[in-house]
Amino acid sequence: MAEATATAATQISTHRPRTRPRMKVASVIATLPMIIIAFSVFFVAILFTIYWSFTSSGMFPGWTWVGLKQYNILWGTNNWQISVSNIFVFGAASLVINLVVGYVLAVFMDQNIKLESLFRSIFLYPFAMSLYVTGLAWQWILDPNLGFQNAMQNFGFTDFRFSPLSNPNQAMVGLILGGCWQGAGVTMAIMLAGIRGIDAEIWKAAKIDGIPTWRTYVSIVLPSMRGALATAIILQVTGIVRTFDLVISMTGGGPGIATWMPAMYVINAIQSKLNVGQGSAAATMMLAPIAVLLLIMAIFNWRKARLAGKNVTT
Amino acid sequence: MTTDALMNGTVAGASRVVALEGPAGPRPKRITASRVGIYAFLIIMAIFFCIPLYVMLVTSFKSMPEVRQAHLFDLPHEWTIEPWIKAWSYACTGRDCTGLSPGFLNSWKVAIPSVIISIIIAQLNGYALSFWRYKGANIFFNLLLFGAFVPYQVLVYPIIMGMRGLPVVTDWIAGWFGLDFPQWQLFSTLPGIILVHTIFGMPILTLLYRNYYSSIPIEIFKAARIDGAGFWQIFFRVMLPLSIPITTVALILQVTGIWNDFLFALVFAGRDNIPMTLQLNNIVKTTFGTIEYDVNMAATILTALVPLAIYFISGKWFVRGIAAGAVKG
Repeated sequence: MAEATATAATQISTHRPRTRPRMKVASVIATLPMIIIAFSVFFVAILFTIYWSFTSSGMFPGWTWVGLKQYNILWGTNNWQISVSNIFVFGAASLVINLVVGYVLAVFMDQNIKLESLFRSIFLYPFAMSLYVTGLAWQWILDPNLGFQNAMQNFGFTDFRFSPLSNPNQAMVGLILGGCWQGAGVTMAIMLAGIRGIDAEIWKAAKIDGIPTWRTYVSIVLPSMRGALATAIILQVTGIVRTFDLVISMTGGGPGIATWMPAMYVINAIQSKLNVGQGSAAATMMLAPIAVLLLIMAIFNWRKARLAGKNVTT
Repeated sequence: MTTDALMNGTVAGASRVVALEGPAGPRPKRITASRVGIYAFLIIMAIFFCIPLYVMLVTSFKSMPEVRQAHLFDLPHEWTIEPWIKAWSYACTGRDCTGLSPGFLNSWKVAIPSVIISIIIAQLNGYALSFWRYKGANIFFNLLLFGAFVPYQVLVYPIIMGMRGLPVVTDWIAGWFGLDFPQWQLFSTLPGIILVHTIFGMPILTLLYRNYYSSIPIEIFKAARIDGAGFWQIFFRVMLPLSIPITTVALILQVTGIWNDFLFALVFAGRDNIPMTLQLNNIVKTTFGTIEYDVNMAATILTALVPLAIYFISGKWFVRGIAAGAVKG
């Protein structure tokens, strides 16, 4: 819908009589903060980070070009290797769980539920809380001595074991749990909007063809709500790459270095180790997944634009 | 939707009265196994989502000896608000024992100017991008959109250096002209952290306003132009009054976003402006011997209170904000 209005606006703008230059000047002046910030922060600053990643910068940014040396050091560092594998595990698991749980919740919410707004409020309230607060809450629940595990043991399940945060091999489970708890409701809300946006005729057609309801949801509804899916995925992926607060509050990167994340590596390199070159190299690596995401989106938009163009000509 | 009417009891009651007069209102549903299953699933999920808040609440009203008994889900045997008082007014972070209260004030000190400035800027951006697009405007807009995806960590260090470099540059200019400038120190100052929040709020908010203004019929704008109104006049007289709903969304989005921020506070706030989320971190990570879970949980809830209140009061607006912020137009 937004696409449609945007194209409509551009079409109108071509027909619009030329505005006086004086007015354009006012427009430029009004958007001066945008011009300055877009250029200096979202362009120049990124270039600086990328440039510093190729220099021998230590405590202060330097200008001595050392090629890929920082990247060699980076990929040879244990903390970084663990960070990268962690972000992939965390990212893949929380993305999948989030989308599945979000969609299933949305489907159940779509069944003419009484008290729908109450359920919606409950599923969505975690998103109002910061990831930092989320991390603290789950850290407390998963506390090996006083948390969920002991509560269950006190109930009589004396063999019950679930304390992922104290085990380096399982600590990621705790993070994924916390992350999904915080984000699944949003995915649900977006998916529900997507489901509700689907043409009622499709439902009628499916009913007439005798397709079972669950099958309609999986094979017809899901593929036809690409917009909602894309929104949910983009929101998730950008959040996942940034993962920082949750780790700091929940595990602090531990036990040991078991739950380090790239974002943590960057901040640690800049703030504690005072190693600008390493921080910049790691930060530049963090740009890679975003670049891939943007590339996919660009291809997607380009294809859509091309298809739309064809429709107009025929 | 009929379910909307059913959501609160009074309306449901009213519709039943109507139903007596004729074949109106929802058809009575039979209770089937699948209906029971649907509700069972939703209720179990709802319980799961409520657990952390419930556990934090009950823990925060327990005394430490009771917390140590590890009955996580039990209600307190003896209710105490002492942890809350301590968390608010005298929990220690390192040497200072001030509790969260200064953080609460600092959070507003940071949030209010950041929200106002970023909303004004975003409104102007959206307005100019929708109605006064000059050559090259979209380049900057696309840069902003790109900025919405960039991990913050990529930009942290260049911004630090920019802020550190600014006083040097201003001093140099001042020396050149023989003027006596005040020092433009931004790093670790209140204006600095406000600037950072303004910068990082700009992409989403600009997108929000641009999409909103694009959906306003162009005829309104043209009519104002024919009446002789210029750039600023149309903005103040026509667009501002029209943008109250979207500004509500923007307000909710920005206040919760800034309140919940941890990274920027950690890097840019400086010692005098530590906002509540960072103060919470400092309290929780400061331990003398035993960890005081009851105080920590009270502090956590106190920190989450403002965004939670905004969420529960604003209701559907909040959801709209998320969707609007996420959808690329």
